[in-house]
Amino acid sequence: MTLRRSMLFVPGSSAAMLSTAFIFKPDSVMFDLEDAVSLREKDAARLLVYRTLKMPLYDGIERVVRINPLSSPFGHDDLQAAVRGGADVIRLPKTNTADEVHELEAAVAEVERDCGREVGSTRLMAAIESASGVVNATSIATASPRIVGIALAGFDYVMDMQTTRGDGTELFYARCAVLHAARAAEIDAFDVVFPDLNDEEGFMKEVELIKRLGFNGKSLINPRQIELLHNAYAPTQEDVDYARRVVAAAEQAEADGLGVISLNGKMVDAPVVENAKRVLNRAAASGLRK
Amino acid sequence: MELKQESLAGTLESSDLFIRISPSDEPLEVVINSEVGHQFGDQIRAAVVETLEMLKVTKGIVIVEDKGALDCTIRARVHAAAMRAAGVTEVDWEALS
Repeated sequence: MTLRRSMLFVPGSSAAMLSTAFIFKPDSVMFDLEDAVSLREKDAARLLVYRTLKMPLYDGIERVVRINPLSSPFGHDDLQAAVRGGADVIRLPKTNTADEVHELEAAVAEVERDCGREVGSTRLMAAIESASGVVNATSIATASPRIVGIALAGFDYVMDMQTTRGDGTELFYARCAVLHAARAAEIDAFDVVFPDLNDEEGFMKEVELIKRLGFNGKSLINPRQIELLHNAYAPTQEDVDYARRVVAAAEQAEADGLGVISLNGKMVDAPVVENAKRVLNRAAASGLRK
Repeated sequence: MELKQESLAGTLESSDLFIRISPSDEPLEVVINSEVGHQFGDQIRAAVVETLEMLKVTKGIVIVEDKGALDCTIRARVHAAAMRAAGVTEVDWEALS
């Protein structure tokens, strides 16, 4: 089971963070060549990210590189650094249409061929940051078999919607649309960054909301949030105990040749069994909630 | 790669290095100031020289202020500074690979 609960943003121009972010053990790390890097440092950041990718610092952590848009003067050079460096995933910012994914897919394949990397081995992720992107989320999510996830990016989205970040109401439709697109495409969905680094209570409230909605995880800008997020997503001992009983009841019913599964006198539906298996898989992958 | 102007790259933050590279008619001169120079000075110098050799930089003055940078950071910073000094904007990815 691939866990993508946390995606930690690391500025591609920060040697200190690139050299140390692995110690926080996020599920994914996202080396950012886009907004976090000033125009005059784009060249140096690209080389720094390439060299960092070549080092075995991030073993066991998914390495994502956010490139600049391919329509910018930097996007294609970023792609060279990321694909040749061995990035696991390329994150495309400001994705508005499926055509942009197709363009990225073709550009990635070209670099893979040029550098001898297996064609198709670089996966993709699209960030939805506008009303157009939200409206087209399903076609974006299904645009390429390389896509492993779509992410909602809150700051640009609320600006496009002519509003500001608030209690989450402003993101409600976008969250639901992106999530449904991801589920329909059978890929992962990532929620927005929580901007207030000192508001732990607000962060946990948002985590509970997005977990309940069904998001796989969140983009993060503060390493302190990783452990909180992982713990919130971990099943409790009670969850696991119940899941084991459900799975045992299903196995017993199958052994007895019964079509109906029963637990404590109540009928258990197939989706409940599936969910129980998912809980056990997640517990095995993440451990139990502390 | 021919150096044409003085250029800088990197920072003085921990885990980074700051490099100043200047054109010269003399063979390459590399000065390294590092907090961990007594322990890793040879490795830092090797990373700097190897990167410049890869870029075919044979003349110039290079001054490095190291703050405990990893090998990957040293090579990236030297590469960026040399490209800036040479006025080169396209990375030769084939040579780098």
